Amino acid sequence: MEVTITINGEEVSRDVEPRQLLVHFIRDTPGLTGTHWGCDTSNCGACVVLMDGKPIKSCTTLAAMCVGHEIRTVESLEQNGRLDATQLGFHEKHGLHCGFCTPGMLMTARALLDHNPNPTEQDIRTAISGQICRCTGYQNIVSAIRWAAEHEAAMKQEA
Amino acid sequence: MQTPAPFDYERATSVEGAIASLAEHGPDARLIAGGHSLLPMMKLRLATPEFLIDINDLEELSYIEESVTEIRIGALTRHAELLESELLARRFPVFRDAEEVIADPVVRNRGTIGGSLCQADAAEDLSAVCAALRAQVVIRGPSGERTVGMDGFYIGPFTTAVGADEMLTEVRLPLRQGAGSAHEKVERRAGDFAIAAVSAAVWMQGGTIADAGIALGALGPTTIIASRAEEHLRGKAPSDELFAQAGEIAKEDCNPLPDGRGPADYKRHLAGVLTVRALRRAAARALQQEAH
Amino acid sequence: MATIETTATADRPIGFGRLKRKEDARFIRGKGTYLDDIRLPGMVHGAMLRSPYAHAKILSIDTSRALAHPGVAAVVTAKDLETLGLAWMPTISYDTQAVLAGDKVRFQGQEVAFVIAVDEYTARDALALIDVEYEPLPAVVNARKALDPDAPLIRDDKEGQTDNLASPLWEAGDEAATDKAFAEADTIVTRDIIYPRCHPAPLETCGMIADFNPKTGQLDIYNGNQAPNAHRTVYAHVAGLAEHMIRIRCNDIGGGFGNKVPVYPGYVCAIAGSIVAGVPVKWIEDRSENLMSTGFARDYVMHAEMCSKDGKITGLRVDVIADHGAFDSTAQPTKFPAGFFHIVCGSYDLEAAHVKVKAVYTNKAPGGVAYRCSFRITEAVYLVERMVDALALEMKVDPAQLRMRSFIGPEQFPYETTTGWTYDSGNYAATMREAMRIAGYDELRNEQAERRGRGELMGIGVSFFTEGVGAGPRKHMDILGLAMNDGADLRVHPSGKAMVSISAQTQGQGHETTFAQIVAEELGIPPEDVQVRHGDTDRTPYGLGTYGSRSTPVSGAAVAVVSRKVRDKARLIAATMLETRAEDLAWEKGRWYVKGDPEKGAMIEDIAAYAYSGDPMPEGLEGGLDAQVIYDPPNLTYPCGAYICVVDVDPDTAAVKVRRFIAVDDCGVRINPMIVEGQIHGGLAEGIGIALMEVITFDEEGNCLNGSFMDYLIPTALECPDFELGETVTPCPHHPLGAKGVGESPNVGSPPAIVNAVIDALHETHGVTHLDMPCTPARVWAAMQGRPEPPQ
Repeated sequence: MEVTITINGEEVSRDVEPRQLLVHFIRDTPGLTGTHWGCDTSNCGACVVLMDGKPIKSCTTLAAMCVGHEIRTVESLEQNGRLDATQLGFHEKHGLHCGFCTPGMLMTARALLDHNPNPTEQDIRTAISGQICRCTGYQNIVSAIRWAAEHEAAMKQEA
Repeated sequence: MQTPAPFDYERATSVEGAIASLAEHGPDARLIAGGHSLLPMMKLRLATPEFLIDINDLEELSYIEESVTEIRIGALTRHAELLESELLARRFPVFRDAEEVIADPVVRNRGTIGGSLCQADAAEDLSAVCAALRAQVVIRGPSGERTVGMDGFYIGPFTTAVGADEMLTEVRLPLRQGAGSAHEKVERRAGDFAIAAVSAAVWMQGGTIADAGIALGALGPTTIIASRAEEHLRGKAPSDELFAQAGEIAKEDCNPLPDGRGPADYKRHLAGVLTVRALRRAAARALQQEAH
Repeated sequence: MATIETTATADRPIGFGRLKRKEDARFIRGKGTYLDDIRLPGMVHGAMLRSPYAHAKILSIDTSRALAHPGVAAVVTAKDLETLGLAWMPTISYDTQAVLAGDKVRFQGQEVAFVIAVDEYTARDALALIDVEYEPLPAVVNARKALDPDAPLIRDDKEGQTDNLASPLWEAGDEAATDKAFAEADTIVTRDIIYPRCHPAPLETCGMIADFNPKTGQLDIYNGNQAPNAHRTVYAHVAGLAEHMIRIRCNDIGGGFGNKVPVYPGYVCAIAGSIVAGVPVKWIEDRSENLMSTGFARDYVMHAEMCSKDGKITGLRVDVIADHGAFDSTAQPTKFPAGFFHIVCGSYDLEAAHVKVKAVYTNKAPGGVAYRCSFRITEAVYLVERMVDALALEMKVDPAQLRMRSFIGPEQFPYETTTGWTYDSGNYAATMREAMRIAGYDELRNEQAERRGRGELMGIGVSFFTEGVGAGPRKHMDILGLAMNDGADLRVHPSGKAMVSISAQTQGQGHETTFAQIVAEELGIPPEDVQVRHGDTDRTPYGLGTYGSRSTPVSGAAVAVVSRKVRDKARLIAATMLETRAEDLAWEKGRWYVKGDPEKGAMIEDIAAYAYSGDPMPEGLEGGLDAQVIYDPPNLTYPCGAYICVVDVDPDTAAVKVRRFIAVDDCGVRINPMIVEGQIHGGLAEGIGIALMEVITFDEEGNCLNGSFMDYLIPTALECPDFELGETVTPCPHHPLGAKGVGESPNVGSPPAIVNAVIDALHETHGVTHLDMPCTPARVWAAMQGRPEPPQ
């Protein structure tokens, strides 16, 4: 069946089987291999993208279910050569090692800050509790997201 | 990653249409909403429906509304919405307790109350919540609508009263005075299914417990309504001793199966502990409400 | 006059310091190149059919229905591989492992047939169409039962194998001296301690793209593996291909932790498939395959006794049954069948120790050495640190105090242990005191007593570890006959920018940053001007790769040494440029200058430009500014650490929460403290997982009960506290930078600290004296009822 999904603001159309998972639909789109997968049972969160602004596990969603919705992936964070505050925060605070969980973490961070610009450490740990990182022990991911929140607040002040 | 077997797919545009499709395609057709119970099973090829009817467009089934006598929740309401609802938190804080420990925040953006109840996994938290609150569910089929109480909803493991060509459309929670409710869960790790869980609701009147609802999750092949424990509480004043007795009865009346999460004796022990904890908090909340 | 030091800042050090990572740029944009991101023209996909039985004869395999399925190109079985001589492959432990099962399957999940199809969905559909007839056999999954006379024989494929012994008894230490120490002891404790099977489970599963070009005979391999050069040598040997025609590229790897060290059957099938079909074949396992068939970790069944005299630990006896699974594929140096387990003598000035290890086959996945284990040091430290606590309980002394009294003293280094190790340096008491200071140890004990009075169960657990990393000297160790040496090539370009090629293989450890920092420290070239090349066997020197925390001790040393070689050459060139003698020059970072006349000097980039120009070079010296080194470490390096864990156990539900974790690590000189701290955070989280929730178990029939992330539970951000880190620094005397390696230390030291804490919480009130991991709520509750059970 023909499926058309808006990904990062652009319409992507492809003929796929109904069983094609969103994560594969995304990854088969040129330039969009930033969204990863790491398990079979919806536990690891390496596949997290935003659907209509909310984090979802793209391995547990059919591509067909996303027709008529807006999908945002990690590739959408950098705009016109400017990195998103979340991306800057992960770099500043060493919030990544191997980078495999990072795109999913960034998308959840972005959605969290859009919803709650001043999250506490507990808010952050809860927000990422559905996503596994094997490398960082989470501490620097939490610092990175806090950094991004403060950075965005400061930018707003200046503006 | 594991991938599902092939199937056909259509998007429902109305409840009637979805039901008609179910009837047309027979037992190999399944409804899919959030899909976070069904799709993982399909990827592991433990479920192989041949036809999926996607009901995510049925926005008319997504609501939390209050009337004088009840709160009505549409079957397509997402866990995240149930968690954030201030109305539910005020009336039935057991919902927020449970939602905080159901799956994880990302899964909660997709999973629905209808899907959770119909999955009929004894370890699923909302089943216990709804059972404790004496919910009625509305089931629609080709011949119309009917309501079923939670005590008649679970027929067996992973089996509900919803027929093959029917759809659960609404959950109704009766509103009564003096309500307090709470959910307690022990899990091996955040986001895991319960090793054991208990939802408790009390309705206080003049300092005594007029009615109580106690439902046990993950403590038997289906969600268990601990009716003997409920009966024991009626007409009595809340006290630690009373709750401890209720806990003992819950322990006797549960039927835990040993599995990877724990052996039967530990689960039975938790039945007692969590019943006491849930009742304590439910009663405290009921008294707080009264004070307001 | 500008010097390097005036342009360096804390944020942008030229050399060691908290430099932010260069590799972040692509990862934060989602532009990493992991295995599944690579698409080659004409590429097809493989999927593996696996055995549902732990032990069964294969009566027949019918692939006809699968072959008839549209989109399926081939279905490979053991018979097909036999004609290529690939049905069995050698393992690192000098055993053999079936690539595809022919006669029997020997563990649930074992590889039986390999499908090659047009895409991944089709390949998986075809798996269901392969008909295998099995005759189930009884299985043995308990290491203690594997040597029972009536246990089923697993390796009947091996000539002369009559039982399930995988590796004969191996001993270290001195039995007679140990007997004497025990005879003279005033306190003796005995424990049976299991380190259960767990799994490194990196977030990216294992996989490979094999691309054989039949016209040129070139085999291009894309594969996330931790030792690409060694793998190339193995494939040349196994597949009978010319080594110079094999190229392995690792690109970005989503975590290794030892899981990506072995050669897996899926790799061999992908290679065989590509050779036969002449197109690229991609195979990537799913998570169940990863958990059920790839290199697991630990599974040591240990019996130990420890003794003390006059308040000091004096002796240790350990007897181990190592469960290696169905094939012996553990990765460790040749002469060390139990890896470095004999470092179990620990951080204490023992009189004697005696260690015995034998390994058995069971109907479980093969492996054992993985998951940041430093070649079994995780098992050793867990054992000794649990025993020290057991002894402290018996002696009724504080566990931290018993350690302080028994430590090797700083004046005793280099220290030769009773089991043959020579520890390089350390000040254990200082490290321990620092941890106790950060933790507020005395206040914690007071708080514990107070809470106990209120019926609350708070536990404080201590562990201290010494581990040996950076294997290893050629004269002592090799893997499959290959020396554990690593190379570094450094080239400074005419512009003064540089490239260093290394044989270490990052899987997230930050090599592109830290190795650039080493060059920067030695030569004064800013790290952003140093490119680190790795992960391509055609373009990097030979070496044995990254595991056992060896990147800094071995490759780091190689880079330091090669940088100094370049610096020495630069000195000679500078002398010519400055028309003076080499011995009249002194070095400050980035420049050689005349000792009596500091204004007169030559910056490294000017020396580089000169080296490539037509101007005369010093007598006997070739042009250019580069050097090569293969580094042979003189010894391992010995980082140490003191860890303190605070837990709260719910008295009714028995759920354990880690409230605080204090980790003071001594890994010598730290090249990039930010990266070191990150490594420690990650390892501590893994330790929490192992101690509280991660385990691979089997039922009586050999069915794996933890074959997905629903039941192989990994800690989330909610289970991990904010880690409190500290440091002491005792440089390594033999390492060019004084650095020691740290990647595995947190995984080595944390599980005993956590388990010691849980037992500490429960000992006084519930009499618990031992509990095996994982300390899940159910298992802790059983212990509280007086019935602690082993994990299986």
